[in-house]
Amino acid sequence: MHLNRRHFLGTGIAASALLTAPTVWGQAKPKVVVIGGGAGGATAARYLAKDSGGAIEVTLVEANPVYTTCFFSNLYLGGFRDFESLQHNYDKLAGGGVTVINDMATGVDRAAKTVTLAGGQVLPYDRLVLSPGIDFKDGSVPGWSLDAAEKMPHAYKAGPQTQLLKKMVEEMPEGGVFAMIAPPNPYRCPPGPYERISMIAHVLKQKNPTAKIIVADPKEKFSKQALFEEGWNKHYAGMVEWIGPDFGGGKVEVRPDAMEVVIDGEVTKVDCCNVIPGQMAGKIAALAGVTDDSGWAPVDPATMKAKADENVWVLGDSSAQGDMPKSGFSANSQAKVAAMTIRGELTGSKTFPAKYSNTCWSLIAPDDGVKVGASYEPTPEKIASVESFISETGEDAALRKATYEESLGWYAGITADMFG
Amino acid sequence: MRRSLVALALCLALGPVPGAAEAIGDAERGATLFARQCSACHQIGPEAQNRVGPRLTGIFGRQAGSLADFNYSKSIVRMGADGLVWTLETLDAYIANPKALVSGTRMNYRGMAEATDRADLMAYLRAYSDRPQDIPESEPTARKTDPALSPEILAIQGDPAYGEYLASECQTCHQADGSDQGIPSITGWPAEDFVVAMHAYKQKLRPHPVMQMMAGRLNDEEIAALAAYFATLQ
Ligand SMILES: Cc1cc2nc3c(=O)[nH]c(=O)nc-3n(C[C@H](O)[C@H](O)[C@H](O)COP(=O)(O)OP(=O)(O)OC[C@H]3O[C@@H](n4cnc5c(N)ncnc54)[C@H](O)[C@@H]3O)c2cc1C
Ligand code: HEC
Ligand code: HEC
Repeated sequence: MHLNRRHFLGTGIAASALLTAPTVWGQAKPKVVVIGGGAGGATAARYLAKDSGGAIEVTLVEANPVYTTCFFSNLYLGGFRDFESLQHNYDKLAGGGVTVINDMATGVDRAAKTVTLAGGQVLPYDRLVLSPGIDFKDGSVPGWSLDAAEKMPHAYKAGPQTQLLKKMVEEMPEGGVFAMIAPPNPYRCPPGPYERISMIAHVLKQKNPTAKIIVADPKEKFSKQALFEEGWNKHYAGMVEWIGPDFGGGKVEVRPDAMEVVIDGEVTKVDCCNVIPGQMAGKIAALAGVTDDSGWAPVDPATMKAKADENVWVLGDSSAQGDMPKSGFSANSQAKVAAMTIRGELTGSKTFPAKYSNTCWSLIAPDDGVKVGASYEPTPEKIASVESFISETGEDAALRKATYEESLGWYAGITADMFG
Repeated sequence: MRRSLVALALCLALGPVPGAAEAIGDAERGATLFARQCSACHQIGPEAQNRVGPRLTGIFGRQAGSLADFNYSKSIVRMGADGLVWTLETLDAYIANPKALVSGTRMNYRGMAEATDRADLMAYLRAYSDRPQDIPESEPTARKTDPALSPEILAIQGDPAYGEYLASECQTCHQADGSDQGIPSITGWPAEDFVVAMHAYKQKLRPHPVMQMMAGRLNDEEIAALAAYFATLQ
């Protein structure tokens, strides 16, 4: 392998010398391969193709033929969206000049600048974009592994897991117990688990009002905590019990076969259990060798380029960039900076200083929406938060409704921005 | 709080022009008139709902009797279908004597006799009709002359290429094709109106946390670039 690497390095230099002067060869268009067609990857592929007007060959590698958004998947659990409304295909991207390959990327040779796919295809690239989302850390919740996900779903990659969780909640016996094992930081969508609790409480309130919800949480505090707690008291009084680390929320074991949860030594029988494990960058990022000990991939704050390789970009959840939360909004925002800088490098188009932003809406109950957001700028060390806002407790119903309606507009906007 | 925001917003829009032929009236007085004579039946503002009467947010440029979620009299619906649109002129007439304009209206309001009162009231209503593209006759009210927005700022020629990059950030929420669902459309605005609206957010005269933040970090050139770019979208 080592020998191979060295060998490839040699030819790599020759090849890139040719590529920086594509006119010499006439046709040779620069190639960008994007792995992962989610919030970061689909946006990057779309903007690269659209803005380069065909000057760049853009290939998107995505394992699934249809993308199911995690965003709004909690609203599906709560009965506010149907499952189909979360699904998006890649037809318009393909129509917009992106070559879409429906396959799993299994390896990256950064020296040779190639990506290998499960189907055996080898794709050469000049620039590589990785936006593979997350994978779960083995052993983060004792007793749980991916094999147990049919009994205790994570539902933290949207798809069949989300449908399974919804079914299990609906089938809970009267007065049954729902448990969530909340994840440690950092993880995708900081308010996600708590929005999910709200949506499940909404369903249970209607169908199974004597049911109970327990949340075992290793974190001292969580995103939008005051807003969620206010909402739970208001809409679901007495139903939700949050167990923070002071009460053993961090010392948890699950027993999927027995449907038991052990919190700080105390065994509880549960009827439905949602385990959201600790997370790391999507595996292909580690295979590509761009992650560090944290399990995430450090990037240059001004460009989203991997610190490990100047030809590789890492976007979205997989990246370690600083203050931005791991969200679809953030991934979409980062993808635009990446597309602009890649285009600048490959075609000489103008580049501008990076601007990033994020807003995350959460639904607590029907027409009771809240939001949190911030704008960010690159500093030498990290992407740093510049200004931020958050909904306030005690807001009136009309404002909460307008906030919820805004989130519907955002969902339509971001999915159009990702998929065309 | 709301009250003072409205007054300030109008300063931005109208400018405290001496002897302004352009100003509609005194919005602050209008707010008081609204509270006394209209608010029993109407709400206005971003969160306004229908009550006895329909919400009046965005009334300028709106077709009469056109809110889908309000149950109007047949008479006003027909007038709307015939082409009655709320403008300074038509509103003035309706408020002066509702039944004179819409004979079968359900609005049980005796009318407001004083022309200056009506002008002040409309200056107040105007503050909640903030989409210049909906208001053909808005030019005199929506531009120029605010000291905080010097002619130099309005004269900046935006760079549409830079605008296109900056706009990509906006399009996470505002759709490029101009669809308008929960979040307003911002395509096809005259560049100057766009600049005024963005500065109103930047100066926190328009209340909305997301937009205040988005506009707050943009400098004058960047706002001009965005305006130049969005003006090119249909
Ligand atoms: C319950 C929940 C609610 C959420 N709500 C919100 C919200 O309201 N707002 C918000 O902004 N964000 C929200 N998020 C977060 C958001 O979904 C993620 O942050 C976002 O999807 C990250 O984008 P990404 O591009 O990094 O990864 P993803 O969108 O996950 O995309 C990764 C893609 O890569 C593919 N992939 C991975 N590895 C490979 C490989 N080797 N080969 C080929 N394809 C591969 C995957 O199939 C996937 O399609 C929520 C998340 C959850 C779980
Ligand atoms: C007693 C209740 C009442 C009062 C007071 C009242 N309105 Fe109305 N208003 C209504 C009703 C009801 C309608 C619907 C008319 C119809 O359907 O014919 C209406 C309609 C309107 C419309 C037309 C809206 C549309 O969408 O077509 C305007 C404009 C309006 N009112 C302005 C005012 C103003 C300004 C005041 C204060 C000066 C006022 N109203 C006072 C009840 C009232
Ligand atoms: C996070 C979502 C979001 C983003 C990103 C965003 N906006 Fe907005 N924008 C909104 C919402 C919501 C409103 C309605 C605000 C209100 O009620 O005042 C709005 C309103 C506006 C308006 C006024 C529309 C009207 O009809 O009065 C303009 C102009 C505007 N935005 C421009 C921009 C520009 C330019 C950008 C990018 C620099 C941007 N917005 C980015 C959500 C967003």
